[in-house]
Amino acid sequence: MEEPILNQSQAERHDAKIISEVVSETISTSVIDKFFLEVASFSIFTLRFFKDVFRPPYELNELAKQAFLIGYKSLPLVGITGFIIGLVLTIQSRPTLANFGAESWLPAMVAVSIIREIGPVITALIFAGKVGSGIGAELASMNVTEQIDAMQVSGTNPFNYLVVTRVLSTTLMLPLLVVYADVIGLFGSFVGVNLSGDVTVYLFFSQIFQSLEFQDVFPAIIKTFFFGFAVGLVGCYQGYNSNKGTEGVGKAANSAVVFASLMVFIIDVIAVQITNLLQN
Amino acid sequence: MSTNAIPMALERDDKQNGLVVVAMEHLKKSFGNNHVLQDINLVVHKGENLVVLGKSGTGKSVLIKCIVGLIELDEGKLVILEQDMSALKGNDLIELRKKIGFLFQSGALYDSMTVRENLEFPLRRQLRSLPKAKLDSLVEEALHNVGLDTSIDIMPAELSGGMRKRLGLARTLILKPEIMLYDEPTTGLDPITSKEISSLILEVQKIYNTSSIIITHDMECARRTANRIIVIKDGVCAAEGSYDDLAHSKDPWIQSFFE
Ligand SMILES: Nc1ncnc2c1ncn2[C@@H]1O[C@H](COP(=O)(O)OP(=O)(O)OP(=O)(O)O)[C@@H](O)[C@H]1O
Ligand SMILES: [Mg+2]
Repeated sequence: MEEPILNQSQAERHDAKIISEVVSETISTSVIDKFFLEVASFSIFTLRFFKDVFRPPYELNELAKQAFLIGYKSLPLVGITGFIIGLVLTIQSRPTLANFGAESWLPAMVAVSIIREIGPVITALIFAGKVGSGIGAELASMNVTEQIDAMQVSGTNPFNYLVVTRVLSTTLMLPLLVVYADVIGLFGSFVGVNLSGDVTVYLFFSQIFQSLEFQDVFPAIIKTFFFGFAVGLVGCYQGYNSNKGTEGVGKAANSAVVFASLMVFIIDVIAVQITNLLQN
Repeated sequence: MSTNAIPMALERDDKQNGLVVVAMEHLKKSFGNNHVLQDINLVVHKGENLVVLGKSGTGKSVLIKCIVGLIELDEGKLVILEQDMSALKGNDLIELRKKIGFLFQSGALYDSMTVRENLEFPLRRQLRSLPKAKLDSLVEEALHNVGLDTSIDIMPAELSGGMRKRLGLARTLILKPEIMLYDEPTTGLDPITSKEISSLILEVQKIYNTSSIIITHDMECARRTANRIIVIKDGVCAAEGSYDDLAHSKDPWIQSFFE
């Protein structure tokens, strides 16, 4: 180095500057490289999950605790969202349907949209925002403060204890939350219908159940397992592989939400294609 | 200094000082262009306290992280309790780690758990069918040993720096490891508390016949605890000896530690 008086942090900044110059010169290749590196390391992480999930020790206590924290603690948020979606959707759809003289179809139409698409996707996005970011930040801060290292040296497999339990919890809890959100959403819709009409609970729900088919409900529930899996896995991946340092925690939480939401949409598109193929 | 000051440490020490529990030969570790450990050779004997000195950033923490396999070596041989670390995988590695205690420089306390749960955690994982009463008594004993009896049900965030160090120590000692690795056990503590920690380290050595590697900048701690001292410089072991040997060394660089 030309300047021997450079202290360490200056030297680091100097290095960082050189690196950023190099990076900006080769930006096109390096972005692609980075993308594939990221995909590869995420795939390895996923494979490791499937390898460890069947391997003892099974952390049942921690699994129960996480399922409680992840599921139960999300109930209020998911409930409120579900109610509002059901209510708003009903109020908004009424004039359009009334134009076609199809107002009596209102409950059925809202129910199908909530159960097939809006319930699962909105709940999964809320879940990504609340739980995915929480997992990302928690694991990242454990990583920064060497807690994951400490687990490792105390003879625990931190992957089993932290990652497997959380991913299983999100996979199992999101479908339950979606069912819960659907039910509350339908109730919200019932309230919406009754704001300018008078429909009994019995009539409302019998109309819904007449119009709902198995093909509406079953694929919608199945895909929520994948949503839950994606949210948990992405959150854990971002947290577990975060950079050391405080800024790593924020970044992990942020990318957990962004990538988990993106995954939810991608899975949704794939699920719709598969459902269509199977039904034809 | 570029050559190694303690050549052939292994052969020389084996017979004279009893069982070797940790042996390193030509250990190398780099992070990119940062050649942190360049050629480390050292041994630790059964029941011995080895103090490692060195300026900040010379790779002392990296060295002991290699011992527990948190950092992978680039080159060299590392034998712990007669097992070759590089060949250990999966459960064998976990079994070996159970015999090693590691006190992190930062404490690494589980901050989502109470003090009690912090101590129960390693116990529950390793002795799975431990009855509740036994567990409680072990935890209380461990806390008592480090003088933290009254803080059992609070969160680590509510502890002072010294208390956190002691809790970290209690958590490591609760499994009665054969080898203890202390990463700066007294840094950031007042002289009285450091003295207590030093005595604790000596007590552990005496009671359990533990072998320890103690990394420190605190010469008082080194004086009290060390059976032998190694000084690391530029990625190699630059000097070795008892506290008195080094204190009377003519080398101005070594002297600078003692001022
Ligand atoms: N995981 C890592 N990745 C990259 N570089 C690292 C890593 N861990 C340590 N280093 C580098 O290795 C060098 C030695 O670090 P180490 O923490 O061992 O120093 P130390 O001797 O323990 O210092 P201190 O007395 O301040 O604790 C530093 O330059 C550090 O930047
Ligand atoms: Mg260190």
